[in-house]
Amino acid sequence: MSSRSFALGGYGPRRRSLWDRLTARDSVVWRLDWIMLLSGAVLAVIGSLLVYSATRNRTELNQGDPQYFLVRHVISLIIGIGLMIGTVWLGHRRLRSAVPVLYGVTVLLAVCVLTPLGATINGSRAWLNLGGGFTVQPAEFIKITVILGMAMLLAAKVDAGDQEHPDHRTVLQALGVAALPVLVILMMPDLGSVMVLVFIVLAVLLASGASNRWIIGLCLAGALGAVLVWALGLLDEYQINRFAAFANPALDPSGVGYNTNQARIAIGSGGLTGKGLFEGTQTTGQFVPEQQTDFVFTVAGEELGFIGAGLILVLLGILIWRACRIARESTELYSTIVAAGVIAWFAFQAFENIGMTLGIMPVAGLPLPFVSYGGTSMFAVWIAVGLLQSIRTQKPIAA
Amino acid sequence: MSNIPETGRSSRVTIRLIAIQILVMSLLLTLGGRLWYLQIRNGDEYQKEAKGNHVQQVVEPAVRGAILDARGMPLADNETRLVVSASRTELMKQDDGGKAVLERLAKVLRMDPRTVRQKVRLCDAKTPQPCWNGSPYQPIPVTDDAKPQQALQIRERSEDFPGIKAEPEAVRRYPAPYGANTAQALGYLSPVTDEEIEKAKDSDSPFLPSDEIGRSGLERSYDSKLRGSSGVTRYEVDNLGRVMGQAESEKAKPGSNLVTSIDARVQAVAEKQLDQAMKKARTEFDKNTGRNYKADAGAVVVMENKTGRVVAMASNPEYDPNAWVGGISGKEYAKLTGKNSNYPLLNRAIQGLAAPGSIFKVISTSAAVKAGYPFDGNYDCSSSYEVGGQTFKNFESKGYGNIDLGRALEVSCDTVFYRLAYKEWKKDGGNMPKKGAHDWFYKMAHDYGLGKETGVDLPNEVSGRVPDRKWKKNYWEANKDAWCKQAKNGGGNPSYAEKIAKENCASGMKMRAGDSINYSIGQGDTLVTPIQMATIYAALGNGGTLHDPTLGKAIVSPDGKSVHEIRPTSHGKLPISDKTLHQMDGALQGVATRGSAAWRFGEAGWPQDKIKLRAKTGTAEVAGKQTTSWLATYTDDFTVVMTISQGGTGSGASGPAVRNIYNAMYGVGADGGIDKSKALLPKPQAKLPKISKDGTIVPQRDKKPRGQNAERPADAPSGSPSAPPGEQTPAESPDTRGEAQAARHEGQRQQHRRDGTPPAREIRQLAGGERR
Repeated sequence: MSSRSFALGGYGPRRRSLWDRLTARDSVVWRLDWIMLLSGAVLAVIGSLLVYSATRNRTELNQGDPQYFLVRHVISLIIGIGLMIGTVWLGHRRLRSAVPVLYGVTVLLAVCVLTPLGATINGSRAWLNLGGGFTVQPAEFIKITVILGMAMLLAAKVDAGDQEHPDHRTVLQALGVAALPVLVILMMPDLGSVMVLVFIVLAVLLASGASNRWIIGLCLAGALGAVLVWALGLLDEYQINRFAAFANPALDPSGVGYNTNQARIAIGSGGLTGKGLFEGTQTTGQFVPEQQTDFVFTVAGEELGFIGAGLILVLLGILIWRACRIARESTELYSTIVAAGVIAWFAFQAFENIGMTLGIMPVAGLPLPFVSYGGTSMFAVWIAVGLLQSIRTQKPIAA
Repeated sequence: MSNIPETGRSSRVTIRLIAIQILVMSLLLTLGGRLWYLQIRNGDEYQKEAKGNHVQQVVEPAVRGAILDARGMPLADNETRLVVSASRTELMKQDDGGKAVLERLAKVLRMDPRTVRQKVRLCDAKTPQPCWNGSPYQPIPVTDDAKPQQALQIRERSEDFPGIKAEPEAVRRYPAPYGANTAQALGYLSPVTDEEIEKAKDSDSPFLPSDEIGRSGLERSYDSKLRGSSGVTRYEVDNLGRVMGQAESEKAKPGSNLVTSIDARVQAVAEKQLDQAMKKARTEFDKNTGRNYKADAGAVVVMENKTGRVVAMASNPEYDPNAWVGGISGKEYAKLTGKNSNYPLLNRAIQGLAAPGSIFKVISTSAAVKAGYPFDGNYDCSSSYEVGGQTFKNFESKGYGNIDLGRALEVSCDTVFYRLAYKEWKKDGGNMPKKGAHDWFYKMAHDYGLGKETGVDLPNEVSGRVPDRKWKKNYWEANKDAWCKQAKNGGGNPSYAEKIAKENCASGMKMRAGDSINYSIGQGDTLVTPIQMATIYAALGNGGTLHDPTLGKAIVSPDGKSVHEIRPTSHGKLPISDKTLHQMDGALQGVATRGSAAWRFGEAGWPQDKIKLRAKTGTAEVAGKQTTSWLATYTDDFTVVMTISQGGTGSGASGPAVRNIYNAMYGVGADGGIDKSKALLPKPQAKLPKISKDGTIVPQRDKKPRGQNAERPADAPSGSPSAPPGEQTPAESPDTRGEAQAARHEGQRQQHRRDGTPPAREIRQLAGGERR
């Protein structure tokens, strides 16, 4: 590893040992945003407990092994953290050159999902069967590559000092970069991911300094698109039902409104201090479907109460706050855009995920970053953290 | 790194980044606010919902305690029947409101589809019986008499019968041992209503929607003891209803058994004799009205003198208490409560009111002695007595010359009492009553316990009335407007009724001479119940204690370990000296041997030397109706009081029946000889029936059937040790309930076989097939 890391490390004198380099005053380790990492780590620990609590009784899912999901979750987490370290090691700037390839690969994977290789879960054909029981959700990686791809295009001329703001042509190209995967994901359909991507695009354009007209235009186009999708009946029945249940929480609590109703009961019944870890009646009774993934927050609400669920919000808040700081402190537009994209992704996905369990957002299949069970999402999230850390640790290229 | 952009960063981007940050943080704040709203503000509500979500209740009905006679024979117990019931909530979910299902069900049960539909509709003000009066969420029994094949058909084709259940259930049974129906004293059950559930919600004994509660008689007055408490097991279930654990479990506690002082054999004789006496009376011609006696109602009470315990209590017209079991049909309900039903549900022994007639004279005699007239003084028993131009005749206008009070009782001389009452009335000021008038005759009636309930342990006892000055005044005030109005209508040519109204209007508040005179011989406005008179005559027989009559003798816990005996209590002593008591006792013996009842007893072979019998006859006149027959009698141990409304004279209509009751109790033959082996109850039953170790009460049976009392041997209860009355099941877990239930039914096999109801094995199949 040492010789390789020499090549990749890129900083510091060559003869120092790895340990020396990591502990040196100017080392990457010192410059990492430890507050963000700690928040992420605590969220991951809480997430593991919640996933365990939600799955240890689900015998029809866990194949009789109460720790089935926990073990897989922890393995994903370790891989995810490894990917983060790798990302920091590589550095976001070095990745910049690989962006077109990465983008192409992820979009291709997404297209594969639409072929017989894809697997359908809960009405969405969003998973790719890798065989051996492993699946991957390309949409999660697309979030990263869209951010990187758009950032690359939008920042190229600005970072080179040719422009103060990206021109219309560049913006159009960047939108094209986003539009292709959005269309693919719409066909799955994975509405949750599309919504996240729309917010990512919006934040990316905002951070790029693109003309206000683009921002307003995008908002209008988004609204028009939503109306069109609704009016043309492009939505499946289950999607319409989710909206109906959202609009009317009292609707058919045993049918359409079952998920949201049970989720609300689970969270509401937690009270201030919760029923205690593994003591939730809604959780052990498996009243809330998809509780280890999309509805993991209900476990926190029920078993850990306002204190525990509030802690998750606070930790997410700290993490995103630190990300915002990184975005603001970055001196390159490329880095700024990447950071802003990640912020929009984390924030909106967390808002949508928690919001739907609380009944203030319609249900959409999205995991809660850092907390939910789900390997691909975990990998993508930690890679994104790696990107943020890389932006923070890497000195800007001298102007 | 500094916050000042070095390169590539315009202020536009910085501003937008801050905007993003604010937006993102406000999203998180929104989540926090919503979280607070759900968990802190509305947390309690959701906690309740979560509880309701994962807890399922399984109700195990408690076995209702049995009501037993003094020797342990069950008068009311439970038997297992195949009950087919329909769930309204399930039926209503179906497109046609369950019509098709009920149609199919009627076919299987071979019932009229209309009847089935009517049985499951809900009762309201406009809906006549049959209808369901209980909770609409409770399964409604369609029949409790299903055949095993029918039940199996319903269960095997459950897809054809959604919402229909066929299960063996314990239902109340009134086995009428020896034919002792005891209907009114036992009362009946009916399902608890939603209002009652709501009302008792926070009390110590809340109801479950499946509960039946006693509506009258002993079933009602001892309901809380008999009912026990249903077992409720709350299971924690998951989203598919799979049981994850037990949240709480309360075992069903079977109700206690009630041992009564009723002797089923004597009860059977009393019922039969009353019925026969009334039938006989209907063949007798009534000179006064020119037609046969109607004998529309009657009652008889047999009471232990020294305790006030009721040995038999019969009320006629009768009905079959089993009619209520499993929901009553419309026809039967009309028969019991309709206008032309003559109201067989009324217990005439405690709710029937009539003037007492001459059996009241023991009170008048006591009053006279109290007022200072010596018992053995000389009083003129003329054939008639005139006061203020009005002639009061002696019964059958017979005169006996100068006699003492004892003889006046014996021959039931009215004029002796007329004179005394008139004298006292005048002494008290006549039409202008003095302050502090003695009113001996009225006071004595109150002291004898008239005008108020005896306190018998049955619900809805009526108090009767003593028409004293206070009552007169109240009654006048309540009615004067109507009277005065009617009097005015009469004008110049008033009818008889209008004349009376006029008199009432003017002086109805006053105690008139005629009122007092009539009152002294138990006629007029006085109203008494048979139980009141039985209490009084029992007091005469026990040395003067007025007992609160009781039917309940002991409450025995289901395990037999706790036996709470219901001790006799009294509500007063007769306010007369022992001497007077003794003298009156002698006179009442005279009534039986040479007086008005002699032709039924002393002169008809009654072994008076061995069994001293006292009697007093009474024939009360009722305006517009035929006379009420009263016969009050007592021996050293027992009092028997019988009355027949519109039945004729005391000794005439009731005499033979009362005599036959005594004959049966003491084993007196037609020739007056006593056969002790035939005597049903020569002495009060002091001991409680034997309680075996497992808590069952062992009925004491006669070795061989006894003549008239064994007419319905098939009705003898299945009281063998394996099927004891009010059999109690030990606590069962829900998993074993099926088998346990079947085992419980095993004991009842004989009963089923006899009834043509399913033998145990078939029931076991049914019971084991489904676990609730």
